[in-house]
Amino acid sequence: MPARSVFEIIGPVMIGPSSSHTAGAVRIGSIARAVLGEDFRRADITLYGSFAKTYKGHGTDRALVAGLLGMSGYDSRIRDALNIAATLGLEIRFRIAKGEEFHPNTADIELTGVSGKRVFLRGSSVGGGNVLITRINQYEVSVCAKNPTLMVEHVDRPGVIGRVAGVLGNNGINIAEMRLTGSNREGEKLMVIEMDRAVSDEVLETISGLPDVTAVIRI
Amino acid sequence: MRRKITISELVAAAEQRGCPIWQVVLEREERLQGTERQDIWHKMKEYWMVMKGSLDAGTKPGNRSLSGLVGEEGALLTRYIEKTKPLSGYGSVLAAARAMGVAVVNASQGRIVAAPTAGSCGILPAVLATVAEETGAVEDAVVGALFTAAGVGMVIDEHAGTAGAKSGCQAECGSASCMAAVAAAEMAGGTPRQAANAGALALKNFLGLVCDPVAGLVEIPCVKRNAIGAGVALLAADMALAGIESKIPLDEVIQAMKEIGDAMPASLKETSLAGLAGTPTAREIEKRMNEID
Repeated sequence: MPARSVFEIIGPVMIGPSSSHTAGAVRIGSIARAVLGEDFRRADITLYGSFAKTYKGHGTDRALVAGLLGMSGYDSRIRDALNIAATLGLEIRFRIAKGEEFHPNTADIELTGVSGKRVFLRGSSVGGGNVLITRINQYEVSVCAKNPTLMVEHVDRPGVIGRVAGVLGNNGINIAEMRLTGSNREGEKLMVIEMDRAVSDEVLETISGLPDVTAVIRI
Repeated sequence: MRRKITISELVAAAEQRGCPIWQVVLEREERLQGTERQDIWHKMKEYWMVMKGSLDAGTKPGNRSLSGLVGEEGALLTRYIEKTKPLSGYGSVLAAARAMGVAVVNASQGRIVAAPTAGSCGILPAVLATVAEETGAVEDAVVGALFTAAGVGMVIDEHAGTAGAKSGCQAECGSASCMAAVAAAEMAGGTPRQAANAGALALKNFLGLVCDPVAGLVEIPCVKRNAIGAGVALLAADMALAGIESKIPLDEVIQAMKEIGDAMPASLKETSLAGLAGTPTAREIEKRMNEID
């Protein structure tokens, strides 16, 4: 797409060496952190494709961990992220996958939280710092998280979607896009809702308390 | 749909009004974004501060890329000009050293401004800092020059693109050198037409340049291409200021760059399958890098 502003040519301000390997990787890490919803104590990260081949030279490992630690893509501490994680006593393991079955820049992240909660996320860096999350726990998804995004896990029964949409509507939040995805377990579904603006803690809590809603993730 | 702008339009508008190119670009940005001029100016000034930070960070001793493959080049060149009268002129060599310094900051996960990309981020700040010193230009003149460079970059982006994966290194270091040459010529007092000629002279020398990074890293040959891109920009600006014209106008050079990029095989567009990335030495480096794990 042609540049619409001078700042698409001079800019962005970024942490090197490439937006795919730094900003994109930080973003994948920070989304995994949001999916866990609490601090992590252990991360098992599997790298695929070009992430696997060049992660040391591109600092992809540091960038992913920076995201897990809650840093932004512009944080100059990214290059020290592995040391920072070690100082905090966090356990981080990297595994290199052979084969090219996924997009060239892909990482699987398994996180264990301080409470023992475990989540799984698969994300790809698709260029220019943009990402695509293709799996969350048992769900195949397609989330780019450019807009504030809510994921609502629920029992597949009539009325749930209406209730969730109702809460958002009552709080003046417009739904930009909504998709449903099932898992291999019967009766279990995930709503992925992209919104014009982020939901407050209060709204999040209300949705969490709705009948048949089993879990809510906010990105 | 918005009509694509051209270099000749930018030059004509500047000539007609007797103003520099940067003013035309700034006013266009105001219209496109609907933002106040002072806010746009302020943001560009902030970007220049980040660029200056990367220039400073690039001169620190002991810099090294994450892979360890590059790092000392800028310092070596700086030491060289302190002791020796360089063959290509002090300014050119200083700009080359600075450009490599910034490129290494990028390769070591430091903070930079993409201009137009991260892989080519050293050229523009290095050239502008050097020209500002040579001409005694104040900081606002440098900020203005950034708008001129950005305007040229927008034209390139609209008509050809600035991604190595799409058009090769001609679109990254080539675009950066072209943008820097136009801005340098204008800063040094050149007319809009002379400035455009400087850009054409610079870009013509990058046509066909492929993107073939060793082991897929933004290091070899990227760091040194930043150095030579800075040198080319300064020489092209001098040639244009001397009255030399590019017989092929910059708009047509940009079109040629697009056609060449389209014809370039995928193996030479950031995939590290061929070119320098495919040489025995590069394969050896790649093997060694994989063994670190």
